[in-house]
Amino acid sequence: MAELTLPKNSQIRTGKTWPKPEGATNIREYRVYRWSPDDGQNPSVDTYYVDLDDCGPMVLDALLWIKNKVDPTLTLRRSCREGICGSCAMNIDGSNTLACTKGMDEISGPVKIYPLPHMPVVKDLVPDLSVPYAQLSSIEPWLQTVTPEPAKEWKQSHEDRAKLDGLYECILCFCCQTSCPSYWWNGEKYLGPAVLLQAYRWLIDSRDEMTGERLDNLEDPFRLYRCHTIMNCTQACPKGLNPAKAIAEIKKMMVERRV
Amino acid sequence: MSQPTATRARPVSPHLTIYRWRPTMAMSIAHRITGIALYFGMLLVAAWLVAAASGPVWFDNANWLAGSWFGILVLIGFTWALFHHLFGGIRHYIWDTGVGMGKETSTLLAWLTLAASLLCTAVTWAVYFIWF
Repeated sequence: MAELTLPKNSQIRTGKTWPKPEGATNIREYRVYRWSPDDGQNPSVDTYYVDLDDCGPMVLDALLWIKNKVDPTLTLRRSCREGICGSCAMNIDGSNTLACTKGMDEISGPVKIYPLPHMPVVKDLVPDLSVPYAQLSSIEPWLQTVTPEPAKEWKQSHEDRAKLDGLYECILCFCCQTSCPSYWWNGEKYLGPAVLLQAYRWLIDSRDEMTGERLDNLEDPFRLYRCHTIMNCTQACPKGLNPAKAIAEIKKMMVERRV
Repeated sequence: MSQPTATRARPVSPHLTIYRWRPTMAMSIAHRITGIALYFGMLLVAAWLVAAASGPVWFDNANWLAGSWFGILVLIGFTWALFHHLFGGIRHYIWDTGVGMGKETSTLLAWLTLAASLLCTAVTWAVYFIWF
């Protein structure tokens, strides 16, 4: 059953307000979710002030500015700073996106930052993604064949290759996965938009020969059919992909193989 | 110091309270709420039929209740729920074919559900108030 409210240990208390940078005239307010496993306290939202004249334009720039100049304990994942690694996925201004590709100028008012929603928090903005990773491995996201391997490569026509466009670009940041209310309420049983997009990526691949088995694996009231087309996934994807459409295509394949 | 990390329960990150409402998300929950509301609406219809079968006194009383300002208010709500759920169903039917699922198109369809349901409710009741 869906648990709509946060458990006691997850409720957010008012946090610390950090001092404004001295002499700065161009200041932006940041409200950032904090939780440390070490102090035995509930999560809080800390307020920071960022000197925009000393900082890059992206939300990630501001977070790293805070970490470098104000509070080195602020914890987050980041790597490529150009939207291809998917590490800095978090909830910014109410939507899941990548901190590195989200410009501060796209947000009005104080910038509010939380970890990806409805996930166990390891520390601050770092969620535990073990469940979605396990779900991803459950759909076996690799090429599977029964015919003997060709001498060179598995060939694919240009048309068949084009079917993977809009799917192969997924960077597995799980912005869509954790934007989905269905996934919030049934995250252990419903595979979620990111994993289902990956499932479709292999279902539609002309070289893969396990289509029937892959569909069998998804034929389940929860794994696939907990998608109720709420569309948060498509609205959130920082790469402009469409997980809801991929799920709809899987549902169509389910029907088509029966008729 | 507190317990070691491994044995301390991790908090769940906030979700409903911090997520920005999108039109698609709002219309999705509205579709469910109107669906549930229609069950109660059907109970009212059944009650009205039972009253009709129970004799003229009961039927007059039921009609008086339905015609009171409170009754009208409930019926307007019922009409809106019916139209909203109908258009929501059509929207879901379109989406089931894989069409209209883009970021902008899906948002537009969500707004259209709301607009069409409000318009049809207004027209239905305008007709009632003007001609009846």
